[in-house]
Formats: sequence, structure tokens, C-alpha cells
Amino acid sequence: MKLITVAGPPACGKTAVILKTAVELRGHAVHAGVVKFDCLATDDDERYRRHGIPVQKGLSGSICPDHYFASNIEESASWGAREELDILFTESAGLCNRCSPHIRDVAAVAVIDVLGGINAPRKVGPMLRTADYVVVTKGDIVSQAEREVFVARVRDANPRARILPVNGLSGQGAFELARLLREEAPDRADVTGSRLRYPMPGAVCSYCLGEQRIGSAHQIGNVATLDLTSAGGTP
Amino acid sequence: MNAVQDALDALCGETGVRRLTVEPGRDRRGNPEPVAPISFSAGDVVCIVGATGSGKSRLLEDIEWLAQGDTPTGRRVLVNGAAPDLSGRYSGTGRLVAQLSQNMNFVMDASVGEFLDLHAGSRGLTLDAARRGAIIDAANRLTGEALAADHQLTELSGGQSRALMIADTAMLSTSPIVLIDEIENAGIDRHQAIRLLQGEDKIVLVATHDPSLALLAPRRLVLAGGAIVDVRRRTPQEELLATRLATLDRLQERLRNDIRTGLSLDAYLSDPAVPTVPTAKENA
Ligand SMILES: Nc1ncnc2c1ncn2[C@@H]1O[C@H](COP(=O)(O)OP(=O)(O)OP(=O)(O)O)[C@@H](O)[C@H]1O
Ligand SMILES: Nc1nc2c(ncn2[C@@H]2O[C@H](COP(=O)(O)OP(=O)(O)O)[C@@H](O)[C@H]2O)c(=O)[nH]1
Ligand SMILES: [Mg+2]
Ligand SMILES: [Mg+2]
Repeated sequence: MKLITVAGPPACGKTAVILKTAVELRGHAVHAGVVKFDCLATDDDERYRRHGIPVQKGLSGSICPDHYFASNIEESASWGAREELDILFTESAGLCNRCSPHIRDVAAVAVIDVLGGINAPRKVGPMLRTADYVVVTKGDIVSQAEREVFVARVRDANPRARILPVNGLSGQGAFELARLLREEAPDRADVTGSRLRYPMPGAVCSYCLGEQRIGSAHQIGNVATLDLTSAGGTP
Repeated sequence: MNAVQDALDALCGETGVRRLTVEPGRDRRGNPEPVAPISFSAGDVVCIVGATGSGKSRLLEDIEWLAQGDTPTGRRVLVNGAAPDLSGRYSGTGRLVAQLSQNMNFVMDASVGEFLDLHAGSRGLTLDAARRGAIIDAANRLTGEALAADHQLTELSGGQSRALMIADTAMLSTSPIVLIDEIENAGIDRHQAIRLLQGEDKIVLVATHDPSLALLAPRRLVLAGGAIVDVRRRTPQEELLATRLATLDRLQERLRNDIRTGLSLDAYLSDPAVPTVPTAKENA
């Protein structure tokens, strides 16, 4: 079984891309399933089920979603193996852009849409910078020139990655993504002992432990303080 | 294949795309595509026609992807008679194909001038004032409402946006092949747009359901069931028809402008370009 981590900002088209790719894979008798990670709620599992794609969902609730991902990926992979999947996708939204679910020696896909502004590729951070494939969606909504400028910015942020435009509505490009994953993604049914590509934040503070009150008296642990001594304001 | 042409191509080496060839694949049921290889040369305009779902967009995708038997159609696309360098496929740059999308508006937060500079910058070019002015002038020849360097992109009308996209694709994009899937009628002179692209020595492929646009091209590919089933050359009669349809297009454009400016349309009743079929009311 191949494991493939798919990450990207909310509503960038991750589910759309996975659905179109899974349908292409099915055409090659490759059986794909999905584990969807989210924070509070998701309907994505219904969308996958409607297309006959085996799916599990995990909601992190009160726990940091990326920590939740890291502590559940091992069991998720075993589930995929038990289902006899050929490919298991994980879908997760990088909610604060700080973290990345990508794992060494596991194929890593970042999805980003062209609507986020030309600085988005830089702001999205490690989930894009450490990916093997960057899928650019919603190109149908903008001009050729905007696509070209955007792709140049993606390449600046991650010069190593293969960059693929995919249209999440029509599926244009999904054929190619499916082919690359079939041919290139390593077999990884078991991730026990594998390493994340990028470390989680080294921050344990009172708020991590459930503190709700504001004020320095309530701050303990790893706290960073914003420097507001300079003049600031308008130039 | 044309051996002399291939030898010439080989001599010329990698100096741009002078010829693009689509080698047949198979239709949706897996039967061989019933046509010979089809070639396009720089400056060619070719239309792609066929019913909804007949495979027009798929053909454009094959060309954009420089398919090498690795798409559902099994087609192969050759550049200057040989299998092209595919390294541009995943880099997102240096692509041979520019595609005009169906959308009518920009989303980028920038002025027209900044946008052109950014686009040039993404290809490592700097744009001088004259070149920038030339692109804006070309856009203004395609649309009734003039746009300027300091206008915000997101405030342009649909017609202005479309005109700028076309002028930019023609003059700033280095891609030698331009694919147009259903160019919109609204607010731009489509004949002029195609001429602009053609004049920059691009290969222009237009998928359309619109007869007036289809007749602009000397050749049209007919698609059915996922395959190219015929290549038609425009006949002299069709060429004549095309000029008449162009008169109708211009009439529409004048009507659109006059109604937009708040004028009365009374005078059109005696305009020679308006068809003179008596209405039921006049007959009574
Ligand atoms: N030769 C082929 N083999 C397999 N699938 C094909 C083939 N040609 C086209 N298809 C598929 O058929 C579907 C319809 O084709 P396409 O979207 O290109 O039609 P179209 O002519 O552009 O239609 P419209 O006029 O509605 O835009 C697409 O999913 C396309 O990938
Ligand atoms: N126009 C356009 N819309 C898209 C594209 N990809 C996704 N969408 C739409 O964007 C919205 C969010 O997509 P979804 O797959 O749910 O995003 P996710 O939250 O990242 O999984 C949906 O309405 C999709 O239909 C695309 O390529 N073009
Ligand atoms: Mg989703
Ligand atoms: Mg189409």
C-alpha cells in the first residue's frame, strides 16, 4: 500500500482533487481510500462515501490538529492495510500554516488554490515547502498570466516539487497526478518509526493546558512576547 | 509524415515551435481515431467543433499536456516533427501552451501596470514603458471602453478584463501555442483578438459552438465520440458566408454600444444590415 499525505489551506480543493484522482486510479484498478482529519466538523466523509471510496474521519476537537494527526497516522495506515487498499490518502487542513503532516519517505502532496493571493505560497509554510507535489487548483477562475505568476511563486517557495495544475471541478490534470502517484509514490503500509519532515512547535504553555484567562499572571511555560517598543504606526 | 519537412525541422533545431503535430489515438470506445496525423504551423488558426461531450476540451488538454500516449485518448503530440522535451511539464514554466480561460475577471489585487510588470517578472523579464504601452493599446483595440495602466484589475469590466488577458497572452506570454476554449462574445472584438494572436506567430486553436467564430479559421476539426472524425477546409461559399456573419456581428456590436450609451434604436429599423422580415404585427 502507498500512503499519501495531502494537505492544504481550508477550501483549497483537497477533497475535490482526491476525489478526481481516486476515480482516475479506479480506472487503473487501483483501489484508494481516505482518512480525513479535521478539527471540529466535516462532511467530506459523506462526499467520499458517495463516490464509493472507503473513508474514516478523525476530529481532533480540543487537541492541536497536527499533534492529533501525528498520533493517529500509524493506526490509520494499519486500517488502510486491513481494507486492502492500494493507496491511502490522508486529507488534513493545515489550519495555522505553522505545521505540516508530511512524513519522510511517504509521498507528500500540498494543494493550494490560485485565489489566495500571490504571497500565499510563501505564507503557507512547511506543508508546501516540504511537499513532493504541489497541486495548484482553481486555475480556471483566473487568467493565464495570473496562473503563470502564481506558479512562479510556488516554484520559489519549493523548487524541488513537481508542480501540477489540477482543476477540481473538471478533473483536468487528475489523470497525470494519478499516474505520478502510481508510478512514483513509495510503498509504505507501516509508518512505525518514520519521521515527520518538519517538527511541531516547541510550545507548551498554560493555554495549551486549558487556561482561558488573559494576563501575564496566567502565563506559564513557553511564552513568546511581541516587541512593541518601536514607534510603529503609519510611515 | 513529410520527410522533407522533418529534415528541415531537424536542421533548424530547437528554435521555437514552427510545427505542431497531433498523431491519432483512439475514440472513447477504444477504436482507432479515423484521421491521418494533423499538423499546425506558426500563424495558423484552427477551430475545433463538435457536440457537447464530443471531446473538444480533451483534445486541447492533450495538446497542453504534450500527450505521449499517456492520456485517455492515446494521442501523441509532436513538436517540429519530434517528441518534445517534457521537462517543462512539472516546472510550471517554459510551457509551450497558454490557455485562455473562460472566466471574465481578474482576482489579483494590483493595477494594470503592476500586473504586467509582475507577469514579465515571473519570466525574468523587465518591461519598458513602450512595451507596456503597446500591450495596453492592443487591449484597447479589442474593447469599447478604454483601460489604463493605473486602473485596478479587479475594477475592470468583463470586456476590459478579457481584452487585457488576450493582449497579455499575445504579447507577453512566450508560449507559442494558444488554446481558447469557448471565447466569450461579451464586449470584445473576437475577430481582432484572433488576428492579434495570429500576428504574433502563435498557433491558435479555438474550440467553439459559434458558427461565426468557426468560420474565421481556414480549417476546422470535427470531433465526435472522443475522436477527430473529419478535417474540413473552409469553402469559398463559407468564406462569403463568414463576411456576411461578420456584418451581423458588427451590427450586434453597434446595437450593444448604442443601447449602452442610452441612445434610441429607431434608426436601425431602416438600417440595411438589419434583416427585413416583416413581423406578424406589420402583416396584420
Ligand atoms: N478519446 C477519448 N477517450 C476517452 N475519454 C475521452 C476521449 N475523448 C474525450 N473523453 C472524455 O469525455 C468527456 C467529455 O469530453 P470533453 O469535455 O472534451 O467534451 P467537449 O467537446 O469539450 O464538450 P463541451 O462542448 O460540453 O465543452 C471528458 O471526460 C473527456 O476526458
Ligand atoms: N472553480 C473551481 N472550483 C474548485 C476547484 N477545486 C475545488 N473547487 C471548489 O472549491 C470548493 C472547496 O473544495 P473542497 O474540495 O471541498 O476543498 P477542501 O476544503 O480543501 O477539501 C468547492 O466548492 C469546490 O467545488 C477548481 O479547480 N476550480
Ligand atoms: Mg475537504
Ligand atoms: Mg469543453
